[in-house]
Amino acid sequence: MLLCDVFFSTGKYKVIKGIISPVGDAYKKKGLISANHRVTMAKLATKNSDWVEVDDWESSQSEWLETLKVLRYHHQKLLSPDPTNSLQNAIPLTKPGRKRKQEPNRHDPVKKKNQSPDIKSVPQVKLLCGSDMLESFGIPNLWKLEDITEIVENHGLVCISRAGNSVQKFIYESDILWRHKNNIHLVEEWITNDISSTKIRRALRRGQSIRYLVPDVVQAYIEKNNLYSPESEDRNAGVVLAPLQKHASDSKN
Amino acid sequence: MVSRTPLILLACGSFNPITNMHMRLFELARDHLQKTGRYQVIEGIMSPVNDDYRKKGLVSARHRIAMAKLALETSDWIRVDPWESEQETWTETVKVLRGAATNLRSGDPTYKSFDLAQLQLKHHYNESLRLLQSKKEFMKNKWPIERSTEDPLSYEHSVLPELKLLCGADFLQTFKTPNLWKEEHIKEIVEKFGLVCISRAGSDPAQYISESDLLTQFQHNIFLVKEWIQNEISATQIRYALCRGLSVKYLIPDSVISYIARHNIYTEESERENEGHLLQPLKLYNTTVNPLND
Repeated sequence: MLLCDVFFSTGKYKVIKGIISPVGDAYKKKGLISANHRVTMAKLATKNSDWVEVDDWESSQSEWLETLKVLRYHHQKLLSPDPTNSLQNAIPLTKPGRKRKQEPNRHDPVKKKNQSPDIKSVPQVKLLCGSDMLESFGIPNLWKLEDITEIVENHGLVCISRAGNSVQKFIYESDILWRHKNNIHLVEEWITNDISSTKIRRALRRGQSIRYLVPDVVQAYIEKNNLYSPESEDRNAGVVLAPLQKHASDSKN
Repeated sequence: MVSRTPLILLACGSFNPITNMHMRLFELARDHLQKTGRYQVIEGIMSPVNDDYRKKGLVSARHRIAMAKLALETSDWIRVDPWESEQETWTETVKVLRGAATNLRSGDPTYKSFDLAQLQLKHHYNESLRLLQSKKEFMKNKWPIERSTEDPLSYEHSVLPELKLLCGADFLQTFKTPNLWKEEHIKEIVEKFGLVCISRAGSDPAQYISESDLLTQFQHNIFLVKEWIQNEISATQIRYALCRGLSVKYLIPDSVISYIARHNIYTEESERENEGHLLQPLKLYNTTVNPLND
């Protein structure tokens, strides 16, 4: 079932917002092009969504930020008395069925949720991800253990995966995840729709069509700005990913 | 400078409803054929099947055509052809292909008649010829890196466009279904026209072809294209989702979603349409049963 559909039908949550938070350039992932472009494309893609939006706070930081910090930031923002952020302005989900977006660049989307149908209790911000991100918890030095703990304990995960894949096994094999498994919501994607950004970039390098895989406006933007090339794919080649760099030097201290 | 053969892709199917995957088939096929260096794909045609096909859950052609038109509004090379759906009865695929080819060959807008006695082809495929002439402008400028920069109209004077049937691998496998196809039709399709068959990573149509003498004989005219970017948006699943009020956003175009909502097209009731009925081709080819026995 699709993400919002699950929550809507459980009657437990009211999903009021979806936030796409592209990672900053300082992440140093190979092939990562400038955040300006990535944010712009995400905004173009979500222009006609009435509940999913793009937030560029994370990408405008000069240093790479841990995912937990982004979650904390958005949670704080929700709790603050800032009038532009008031829940009265949040569009209530009256129609069932909103699918998480398949973005050309998939970064940490976060989700804001309420726990009851009438918006009065404290909203939650949950991390929305695919099974690859969840399983990346296992990559040495990529995540801090205390971060993972706080994410699943204080916030929660919503993980979309294909039927029958290894996510459940991964959760089972992790003490931390197992302990908080009630706060990890697994959603099965019933339509195999594996449009990975890597493949999109590859197709573009080869002059192949990406039409109907990404929104038309995004495709037009990519074409106009000639964004993805063998050169752009080589960016950060040989550079250590920011979290790995950071955790390696932390452990040295 | 090698001159490329102009080529038109024709896809038959229910398109119930049209999905991003259907449109993607065209894009994949075009890329593949362009890459061979032998062809210049000049047009894609989507031909939704006639209501008389009697497939379960098939909604009125009027709607299926309207939705396909909405979806293809922004495409500059793929269009919908309503001819097949406007006939009084179901038309065999090979006849749809023949009709298209004949019109291309003759360039003659007069009617041609076929085995199905009352049928007359409109000169709708003449549109292809007109489009051919007007392709000059956009074809020169549209192709990035790998695409041909040769004069695309070097064929203009002597070579007529080829017409090939575009399909998914599952379509290929239906050749095996008893009574669904006439053997001689399959032969004509692969011999005279050709197939462009899209399959996803993990499935192996080449194996299936090798198991069929007929297909093996004409394998040079069967183009296998692999889709590495898994995108299995089946129209059946879309209909289920719609019936259950689930989101299909980003799987089919927004304009089609709006249309479906506005006309309340897919419901539990629509899904029961043609329930218990035999598919028209099965009815026609099953000569041991009295077809008037409904």
